[in-house]
Amino acid sequence: MRAELRFTLNGAAVETFVRPQARLLDVLRDTLGATGTKEGCSEGECGACTVIVDGRAVAACLFPALEAEGRTVVTVEGLRQDDGEPSEVQRAFIDKGGVQCGFCTPGMVMAATALLAENPAPTDDEIRAGLVGNLCRCTGYVQIVDAVKQAADELARKERP
Amino acid sequence: MSDYSFVGNERARPDAGDKVAGRTAYIHDLTRPGMLHGKIKFSEHAHARIKHIDTSKAKRLPGVRAVITAYDTPEVRVGFLADNFALKKDKVRQLRDEVAAVAAVDADVAREAVELIKVEYEPLPGVFSPHDALLPGAPLVHEVDARGRPRTSNVVDLKYGHHTGDLDAMKRASRHVVEGRYTTPRIQQTCMGTAGCIAELDGRGNLTIWAKTQIPFLAQRDFTKALEAMGLEGASARVVVPALGGGFGTGLDTHCYEHIAILLAHQTGQPVKILYDRAEEFAFLSPRQSAETRVVQGCDEHGALTFRIVEVLQDNGAYTSWGATYPSVMMLPVTSLYRVPAVSFDAKIVYTNNTYCQAMRGYGNPEVTFPIESNLDELAREAGIDPLELRRKNANRPGDLSPMKFRISTCGLDDCLKAVGQKLDWSEKRGKQRRDGRGRALGVGVASLVHVGGSGRIYRSDGSGIAIRLDDFGHAHVAYGGVEMGQGLVSALTVAVAESLGILPEQVHLNQTDTAACPWDVGTHASRGAFMACNAAIRATKLLRDKLFSLCPGVFEEIAGKALGKAESKLGSDVVEQRVGKPGKPEDYLLRHALVTKRGLPDEPWARVDLAKVLRAVHFRQAGTMLSAEYFYEPPSELPDWEQGIGNMSAAYTWGAQGVEVAVDEATGEVEVLRMVNALDVGHVLSPQALKGQVYGGIAQGLGYALYEEIKSEGGRVLNPGFTDYKIPTASEMRFPIDLVFVETEDPNGPFGAKGVGEPGLVPTAPAIGNAIRDAVGVRLNDLPMTPERVSAALDAASRTRR
Repeated sequence: MRAELRFTLNGAAVETFVRPQARLLDVLRDTLGATGTKEGCSEGECGACTVIVDGRAVAACLFPALEAEGRTVVTVEGLRQDDGEPSEVQRAFIDKGGVQCGFCTPGMVMAATALLAENPAPTDDEIRAGLVGNLCRCTGYVQIVDAVKQAADELARKERP
Repeated sequence: MSDYSFVGNERARPDAGDKVAGRTAYIHDLTRPGMLHGKIKFSEHAHARIKHIDTSKAKRLPGVRAVITAYDTPEVRVGFLADNFALKKDKVRQLRDEVAAVAAVDADVAREAVELIKVEYEPLPGVFSPHDALLPGAPLVHEVDARGRPRTSNVVDLKYGHHTGDLDAMKRASRHVVEGRYTTPRIQQTCMGTAGCIAELDGRGNLTIWAKTQIPFLAQRDFTKALEAMGLEGASARVVVPALGGGFGTGLDTHCYEHIAILLAHQTGQPVKILYDRAEEFAFLSPRQSAETRVVQGCDEHGALTFRIVEVLQDNGAYTSWGATYPSVMMLPVTSLYRVPAVSFDAKIVYTNNTYCQAMRGYGNPEVTFPIESNLDELAREAGIDPLELRRKNANRPGDLSPMKFRISTCGLDDCLKAVGQKLDWSEKRGKQRRDGRGRALGVGVASLVHVGGSGRIYRSDGSGIAIRLDDFGHAHVAYGGVEMGQGLVSALTVAVAESLGILPEQVHLNQTDTAACPWDVGTHASRGAFMACNAAIRATKLLRDKLFSLCPGVFEEIAGKALGKAESKLGSDVVEQRVGKPGKPEDYLLRHALVTKRGLPDEPWARVDLAKVLRAVHFRQAGTMLSAEYFYEPPSELPDWEQGIGNMSAAYTWGAQGVEVAVDEATGEVEVLRMVNALDVGHVLSPQALKGQVYGGIAQGLGYALYEEIKSEGGRVLNPGFTDYKIPTASEMRFPIDLVFVETEDPNGPFGAKGVGEPGLVPTAPAIGNAIRDAVGVRLNDLPMTPERVSAALDAASRTRR
């Protein structure tokens, strides 16, 4: 039993067949080979599988694949800019040391990207609140929060004429 | 202070670009042609005889390729005491015991097949605390030892102790004595990337295993023995380490699941992957050991420490991993944190039917630093001395020989304590019974740490090999056997190779750890990664430079001459020759920023020769050569006598202090950390970003240990196997400001003066917080974690006593 699924992944149309009970995470990782999105807990607690669906950060491990029908999904692979450079958020994570083992990083980067789209000038507390669903065991979050601040500044600078 | 080009500079991790892009491949992302998926059937009892295992239904399930038990596979022993078995026969000793395993075409089929395996048990009474396990007539977890000799008690056959100084005399010389009992819990390492491996055997029986390990070479030895047990004598085991989604000590042993994957691969002739999900990781991967500790300390009327007694009772669980050897590291702070003339240390490690435990970051150090530093705080109160002053008074000094015979080369402990006092406004804040705007009680606390900073010798060899090969384009390809698990070894090693060789960090390429390509390394533990790798790199690059400079005479002049002739085309060849000079001696040449220069020549472009040009010139000629070098570095340290507790186990020691300010809500018992100062004697800062990451991350783990984390279990069953019920700190809990102070004491054994910094961050956090709670509300929390329930209970008990 397979159901047809069509959606937009990182700007490209995707057509595939999935088991009705499949999670978006399975389709991304196993069917489409987009392994940048990680599975950390399978119950929506750790945020390693965070992707952006129609502008909202969601846990792909809880998101039924068929719910993605007709929607726009962005994963960490889709953040690369047209000139091949990393996005401002990715660049800031590199510059500020928001990366250690890196397993939480794709999810963290996606959560931060969604956060800044919604709130372009967050306070430190708003950044922490925005990332509260993304667990990291390596960094203590300090340099991650610094990175999100740098990304916010950089995005604001770019917005200015 | 230094003219380093790269050491100490702000610089991004070399692996960060791939990690932020999702390009880094973890075990979860790897696959092999024809790969099967393995699943394990775990025991349903904590202690029981296995009566019968029925695998017939599982074997008939379509898609299943193999179902194995201990009854139809060779016996593979696991653990350095060989008291564990990949698959269990006759008896299970813990709820996570592996009784059968399946390989199938996908993970879903494997999971379904595991459900179809039926095991008949005869339940046995179990022991679930070390106290119960020591009672006369307690059920034996192991009836025989690894050699089949009958056992008479549940005490694990590992002896650790230390007894120096005249304890009785020093007790008599004490004006103040304080005794206390403390407990620390089992906690989970919770690597964000769960455990897993892929095992693959070639047609000759040689194994390649992609393993989430911190000890590729000791694992190679274990796997080689497993191959022998399977009848594949003489076969090779190759261990490849993919990107690790965190390690924190979970990779210091080989695991039953890895040996089971090998058995399944052998049985099926296909690669087999076993990957734990989060629930399995929580319930079936070994946590940090729990410990109960009794501490007695005394001081004279001036606050000088007189003696210290520490007795530890450790719950080993059902089998023995390297984590059982925590007392080897407990000795370090017990004997050598502060100057103590008489020290007595005993540790007892006891089998129970709880999940068996393993290493975690800090490896015994946090387990005893919490008791020692909590108790010391009480001693200061008893003596009427400011706790910070008492610590400074007794701080170790450079040149000290500690009771364990540590030769303390550099020691910035007093500077760290001083910095904490200043930055925390200690004298204005301590003992002032202050309250914040919400009516919460405020207090400050401090605790210190000592840890191995120059590797820690717990094995016959404490060495690390490195092999560096220069290619035709001036790039250095580095094969190093240590493991990057997130800590930033790649940052330190890249900088060390670039700095000491004289090339750019961008030209340094670290190869994935692979036992087939990398020289031997004992493992990535004991905060040794950067210390060892950089020391090895400094020595290997010296060999490379010597070889390069020996090849330069003539070659350099030819290339420089050509460049000069090209730049100034009207010069005659004789003038060129004269300006370039005759071939020099090896010591005339220099290499910096990938450019070869020669002493005495002007600083002009033609006289700066690209390293790559020299490398190609010496390669592509008659009797050409290429440049590579290997070095095996053994640190100057001794393997201690563990029963006596004597030996200089490290080439350097890392010191530090943490101070915290907390707010305690007396109505709810909730503790909030308001700010922290962390001062650490790091020797020398190699890579600021990586160093800060290690310390911040350590603090977060220390905070979890102090306030939140505990594996709860009942009858050996883990009751909170998920992040819903097992809380680790989030960005929200880490909202307090942290002041980092790095004291640079330039250790003579350290690469560029640096000492190891991987573990220290978490060591003093819990006692610093406990001491701050004591300052805020007057109660002492002796048990971790210091949850609101425990704080409330302590406040209630104190108010009952007062009434």
